[in-house]
Amino acid sequence: MAKNTVRTATGRTLDDLNIEAVRAGELTAEDFRISGETLRHQAEAAEAAGYWQVAENLRRAAELTGVSNQEVFDIYDALRPGRCTYDNLTALADRLEKGLAAPLTAAFVREAAEVYQERGILRDSDSSAKRRMSVAKGDPHEGAS
Amino acid sequence: MRSKRFEKLAKRPVNRETFIKPWPEVGLIAVDSPLDPSPSVEIENGVVVEMDRVGCEEFDLIDHFIAQHALNLGVAERAMATPSGEIARMLVDINVPRATILELASGCTPAKLVEIVQQMSVLEMMMGLAKMRARRTPANQAHATNRKEHPALLSADAAEGALRGFAEVETTVGVTRYAPLNALAVLVGSQTGRGGVLTQCAVEEAVNLRLGFKGLTSYSETLSVYGTEDTFIDGDDTPWSKAFLGAAYASRGVKTRYTSGTGAAALMGHSEGKSMLYLEARCLLITRGAGSQGTQNGSISCIALPESLPGGVRAVLAENLIAMMLGLEVASGNDALASHSEMRKTAKLMLQFIPGTDFITSGYGAIPRYDNMFGGGNFDVTELDDWYVLQRDMQIDGGLTPVTEEQVLHVRERAARAIQAVFDGLGFPPISEAEVEAATTAYDSADMPDRDKVADIGAAHKLLYGPLTVVEVIRILEEAGFHDVAANVLEMQRQRVIGDYLQPAAIFGDDFQVLSVVTDPNDYQGPGTGYRVEGERWSVLQSLPQAWEPRTYLKSVGAVQESMWLEEIGPAERGNQVEIVIALGPAFGAEISHTIGGLDHRDVLSAVLQGIQGEGVPARVVRAHHTSDCAFIGYAGAQLSGSGVAVGMQSKGTTVIHQRDLAPLDNLELLSQAPNFDLDTYRQIGRNAARYASGESTIPVSTKIDNTARLRLIVQTTLLHLYETQQVERDRPPTELRVS
Repeated sequence: MAKNTVRTATGRTLDDLNIEAVRAGELTAEDFRISGETLRHQAEAAEAAGYWQVAENLRRAAELTGVSNQEVFDIYDALRPGRCTYDNLTALADRLEKGLAAPLTAAFVREAAEVYQERGILRDSDSSAKRRMSVAKGDPHEGAS
Repeated sequence: MRSKRFEKLAKRPVNRETFIKPWPEVGLIAVDSPLDPSPSVEIENGVVVEMDRVGCEEFDLIDHFIAQHALNLGVAERAMATPSGEIARMLVDINVPRATILELASGCTPAKLVEIVQQMSVLEMMMGLAKMRARRTPANQAHATNRKEHPALLSADAAEGALRGFAEVETTVGVTRYAPLNALAVLVGSQTGRGGVLTQCAVEEAVNLRLGFKGLTSYSETLSVYGTEDTFIDGDDTPWSKAFLGAAYASRGVKTRYTSGTGAAALMGHSEGKSMLYLEARCLLITRGAGSQGTQNGSISCIALPESLPGGVRAVLAENLIAMMLGLEVASGNDALASHSEMRKTAKLMLQFIPGTDFITSGYGAIPRYDNMFGGGNFDVTELDDWYVLQRDMQIDGGLTPVTEEQVLHVRERAARAIQAVFDGLGFPPISEAEVEAATTAYDSADMPDRDKVADIGAAHKLLYGPLTVVEVIRILEEAGFHDVAANVLEMQRQRVIGDYLQPAAIFGDDFQVLSVVTDPNDYQGPGTGYRVEGERWSVLQSLPQAWEPRTYLKSVGAVQESMWLEEIGPAERGNQVEIVIALGPAFGAEISHTIGGLDHRDVLSAVLQGIQGEGVPARVVRAHHTSDCAFIGYAGAQLSGSGVAVGMQSKGTTVIHQRDLAPLDNLELLSQAPNFDLDTYRQIGRNAARYASGESTIPVSTKIDNTARLRLIVQTTLLHLYETQQVERDRPPTELRVS
């Protein structure tokens, strides 16, 4: 990235992020948040290098810069198996699209809703649940990351 | 009846491991399960309707995700129609660039990717790794953890790891609630050792995400993905939830890499009868489809499971290769304990070490195994010198830079003081001077004072859930005088805003220069291309602190000009009585004063003389000038000896008993293991020479056999012999010596 064009999520330039400003108490953690615009530029760079899925991920990330930490946690949890009904997920997708200006993430959630319904991993009986949800048993990679 | 040899073999470290025969139905098979599908793809109207013999109406979660996100439909039909053997040959063909294979592989299904690598031997796969690795410059990752979760020790260990060149340092916890403090300690320590080291604290996803959001960590490789639907569900995730998580990390400027590996599905009981490698290929396509820049794969913590099976280690290498074919950054395992056998462990490592990967280990214990909270780890701090020597032996960059003890002590103390200042500034439980001192010199956490765990956990909670941020940490470091550490931690935060290190395979080189596929793409295409260890880097890698200067060796072995106790008194004459001539090498008792076994030449000569005189035979001493070869020194002495028997001695202590009528390279006795000789050996040599001269029956001198002597001392032998050879005057006949 051309460093003179970078703006933080709070609109500061890189030059603003210096030790004097830290000492003067002028900066907060929010000032060190990457901006959606920067992430979209990074997505273009990844795409140009042939990494189109990385680019898609960075574009979804760009959308999430405008989503609060807590809401990020909540969306993640909603996408885990057995947490939501089909309607919950489509409502979430609507909110992402209309309330949070996150159409790519919204489409991703809608896609998940369809597949989850088909595979029976939604909460409740509104899915064509053919399979029994099993309980999480942990991560075999835990302990050697 | 038992063979004693088989009894010994049964007790070898390698036989503490478990070896089983394949059982495909439950997934206990490395490759080629009968239930693995053959490759296929069918695309209708831009939609995948069949993949690896499964119709879309039967797709599970993973098939759906791969079909929708992973496959490059523009090349899928061409890629699938290209014979697998042809793509395999392209992988080892230096004339085919990496980009060509990346493009073809982007259209391959899991079964196709497996079919390609199944054409290849491990050697060919290693060639594939050298070419397909994403980043040109190889690197390595460290583990820094300890049982006491001691912040000063964590900070010091992270600093040492950074100094040693690890590009990433990861920590984890014994008790989850410590996570924020451990992340903080490793952040401060790593930036004390070397600016630009990426750090993470591996914990449960929600906490992990919070740590990243706080700026306490800069990467995450905790995102596990699985090769079967049931395993995924048991892991309480789906490809969509994991992909969302990946985007969430990126949205806060945190680098992520997914984790998967052979054996996980079998271990979790949901293999569907598929081979480990096939299921891992599915994981890798999920990883790519989710837009992860990379993967931590190579079986990881499951490594012992594929290793129990035939072809398991080859399959683990194959999974690294498939990941690279998909363009992913690969942290290639070698992190969890892979064997009781040093031979097996090292042999396995070489598969990644020699070709080089983005991270040769996805966690090298930069701490003692006792303190490794990632299950002990495969390699630890005591094996660092082995690693350095392997780099030097093979002219290979394994990602580590040699350091001196002084440098290490310096950064450890500084890192301990930096975290002490941060704890003080944040009002956290103080870190005492005694703790700083202990952390500076500690071997492991047993050397550290205990801390008030309740108070530390309280501070950790405050850090994670309160208003404190890394900005406060930077301010405290700056005000406490740790300007460079403050600047480095600040730069890490600035880099989050820039986001260049979100590109595939990114690490920071010197001065926060980003090395990634964008700035440092692997361009290997055979000899003379790609990353090569040369110039300054090669000079650094060969300069181990324990490597010494051979030019100054002779000063160190005491080759000082002492008083002349051996005086040349004229040309040596041939004797005509029963006597023993002791013929000395050109430097004996002069330029060189001790044998390689550390014996003073005076004592050695006295012992030989005693041995001879004890048998009532007279002796005289001459010096050979024309040769430094032991046999020829002895042969020259024998020509001068009245009895025809002589003792020939080189300065390094090698001795021969020679006889006039033998061929020069023949002898009565050759005593070549000089490092093992004591003065009694030399007395026996003198006695035996006298007995040969007197015609008495003689038992050859017995010496201790130490087969490691040559290994230990061949350099010293070479140098002593070189120095003696430099004293040779080819045309000068032997001279008579007077011993005073």
